[in-house]
Amino acid sequence: MLYQLEGSQAVARAIALCRPEVVCAYPITPQTHIVEGVGELVRSGQLKNCQYLNVESEMAAISVAIGSEAAGVRSYTATSSQGLLYMMEAVYNASGLELPIVMTLGNRAIGSPLNIWNDHADAMSARDAGWLMLFAENNQEAADLHIQAFKIAETLRLPVMVCMDGFILTHAYEKVDLPDQNEVDEFLPPYKPAFSLDPKHPCAIGAMVSPGDFMEVRYMAHRRQLEACSVIEKIGTEFNAKFKRNMGGLLRTYQIENAETVVVAMGSVLGTIKDTVDELNHMSGDDKFGVLSLVSYRPFPDKVICEALKNAKRVIVVEKALALGRGGILAHEVELALKGLDIEIITVVAGLGGRVITKAMLAEVFKQPKGNLIFLGLNEDVIRREYKTVLDERGA
Amino acid sequence: MSSLTMGNRFGQHVSVQSSSNRPNTLTSGHRACQGCGEGLAARCAIDAAYTAAKGKIAVVNATGCLEVVSCAFPDNSWNVPWIHSLFGNTAAVASGVAAAFKNKGQTDVRVIAQGGDGGTTDIGMGCLSGMFDRNDDVLYICYDNQAYMNTGVQRSSATPALARTATTMPNSQYSGSDPETGKNVPDIAMAHGIPYVAVASVGNLHDLERKVAKAINIRGAKYIQIHCPCPLGWGFPTAETIRIARLALKSGMYPLFEAENGVLVGSTPIEDQIPVEEYLRIQKRFAHLFGKNAVPENVGILQKIANKNIEKYRLGGISNE
Amino acid sequence: MFQIRIHGRGGQGVVTAAEMLSIAAFLEGKDAQAFPSFGSERMGAPVVAFCRISEKEIRSREPILNPDAIIVQDKTVIEPARAFDGIVDNGFVLINSPVDVETDLKNARVKCIGATEIALEQVGRPIPNAVLLGSFAALTGIIKIDSVIKAINTKFSGKIAEKNVKAAQVAYEKTLGER
Repeated sequence: MLYQLEGSQAVARAIALCRPEVVCAYPITPQTHIVEGVGELVRSGQLKNCQYLNVESEMAAISVAIGSEAAGVRSYTATSSQGLLYMMEAVYNASGLELPIVMTLGNRAIGSPLNIWNDHADAMSARDAGWLMLFAENNQEAADLHIQAFKIAETLRLPVMVCMDGFILTHAYEKVDLPDQNEVDEFLPPYKPAFSLDPKHPCAIGAMVSPGDFMEVRYMAHRRQLEACSVIEKIGTEFNAKFKRNMGGLLRTYQIENAETVVVAMGSVLGTIKDTVDELNHMSGDDKFGVLSLVSYRPFPDKVICEALKNAKRVIVVEKALALGRGGILAHEVELALKGLDIEIITVVAGLGGRVITKAMLAEVFKQPKGNLIFLGLNEDVIRREYKTVLDERGA
Repeated sequence: MSSLTMGNRFGQHVSVQSSSNRPNTLTSGHRACQGCGEGLAARCAIDAAYTAAKGKIAVVNATGCLEVVSCAFPDNSWNVPWIHSLFGNTAAVASGVAAAFKNKGQTDVRVIAQGGDGGTTDIGMGCLSGMFDRNDDVLYICYDNQAYMNTGVQRSSATPALARTATTMPNSQYSGSDPETGKNVPDIAMAHGIPYVAVASVGNLHDLERKVAKAINIRGAKYIQIHCPCPLGWGFPTAETIRIARLALKSGMYPLFEAENGVLVGSTPIEDQIPVEEYLRIQKRFAHLFGKNAVPENVGILQKIANKNIEKYRLGGISNE
Repeated sequence: MFQIRIHGRGGQGVVTAAEMLSIAAFLEGKDAQAFPSFGSERMGAPVVAFCRISEKEIRSREPILNPDAIIVQDKTVIEPARAFDGIVDNGFVLINSPVDVETDLKNARVKCIGATEIALEQVGRPIPNAVLLGSFAALTGIIKIDSVIKAINTKFSGKIAEKNVKAAQVAYEKTLGER
């Protein structure tokens, strides 16, 4: 059924449809509306059979989810930015223990300097923690990915982070189609843990592992990440077949059949990119530009990306992340996937800390990228002035 | 009652530990040091909990000596459902476990969180307070050996005044852990007004068992702190663990008491109080308080602490036993 | 696509106005997108919110630089917020003001209405957003007053909803009559 909802509310309702039994979170902008929404659904009785805990920190939030998932019940939490960093050791813990927690990450920049607005720095900080990471392009996908996430998580026994751009998606009102409870029940059966804390069948969860066994444990985790690609694809296809929407999966392509230049990105900026690309193609009369929407960041679907991009002459990666001193993060991974192919890769770092991205800015950089590493909309005058101050201070 | 053995034949209460059918929830094969007070306390506490809960318990364990010695792959010494949390989040993981069992309608499964003093009084304080705040149905047991033993005997906020640790090494200017510092976590627990707070010791195993069994049947947040002498960290012969624990009790250095909803309801009186010096002299961690370079006032500082405990917790008062 | 930009100050319901607009459009079967310009909105600080309405899927999320309509909930922000920047030719400008406001706009359809006054009269609170949406419906014809009313009822309940609905209707009739 169709609703006009704030993104956070769409996600809250999607979570409720998945029948979590324990939900907890600690407030942090911009994720707060999501858990408030879920809390409201619990208190009003719409989400039954669910314990909602107000916790005292993000570390507590993820820990409660670890405990409840270990005790065998479907669990959910949400965070952003600083909160994710605060819980980070437990984030690694959750994937190491194979607990299929689903967590929303309302993408937000990481301080210092303090910034409450959107970028992907927080997601990038967790990219090797062993979680699966899926990025929503719009609020419809944000809702749908959560439903798929529980199924993916419980199939693989791996936690899943659903990333949605803070403010831009979380606080935007748009049309969302939410399925019925029985449709979701058919798609997502009750959670059957492979192991849990059960007095009838006691087991120890979380042993210390010495050098003699650690490599093997990590290799198994590595294999599981690789297997995740086919599971994500399969569940995306299942979702598509049942709900008639192409949301989720590993990636989507748009107008890439004859494209010379393909723009690759994750998250909400894809909407603005697609409009820009349409306008450019319309103006030039040919379909020189195409778009690749990457949904699954972890696992990183090298093969599928390579297959999609292999005929392009140039790939422009627009990303909201920056490896200081190195350049793009997503861009480097795309580059690695395309190794050996004669394709020019251009990194466009954009939207850091919520910096506005407009079609005009994108059009200019798509048509005539100046260099291989571009900082979209950077105020060169300010940089010149600031750098002069730095040199003066050093007595250069 | 002054016997050093368990299973008092003359008392009516038969301890769980003295039974040949005791559960051995923490069974043999773990790697604790010879004479480890914490290992003993854990087996007694969890056996008592297991018995009181008719076998339905789940245990959440903080990083620390106990966790490291009891569950190193591929060996596991626990006969009960057990999960290693992390270091500072044990109370929160336990809250999650309790929420899950509650939602499943299985509140007969009793949830226990356990950790050492480091993981409880320092890094675990935030999550502990949160658990108290929510009054989650969890019994938190702190095995207090008064320092970060697993990592090499560093000072924690539970380290007693003037004790030597790796980070409070005495010298000519410095007499060990600063008497002006430290935290009284049982008092903090009482200040949260939770249903049950108790202090116990491996020096009084009957009392320890009684308190754990009592706590298991209480709904809501519970905290029990158990004094666990550590031969390696404190510097005493491994056969002396129980004797040292009893000297702590008799000197007033470690008061045993119970509180409900923030109010003191009982304590274990001291018969034949001894001067603290008797307790301190035999531990290397207090060796610098004696000998020719010792600051004479220091023992007095500790005696004052003991006297204050006796007064505050009414250890000269009426027993609950 | 029809793009509306709403200006005002924190506490005046600017963001809610954009949301209600989008709900009204949704109820008419259109696609609509509403979002605030995400500043630290403290009470009294200038606030901007955006709403796009289209028959087709809306994908772009850039701020609205060339609005087809501008609603000004508080005329004191006009200058500091450069509220009229980018207005399209023949665009609509609806200003919350009981008296006509002088503007430099050569090519816009400017309308002033004392929305705060109507709100105080009808609702007892100086929040002009619902009132302005009623007027907006009449001014632009982009959405129906019935949709505005339904949208108000999704955001408010009880007496407050009733009164806001009445206030919106009053503004609608007034603006319709003055066309």
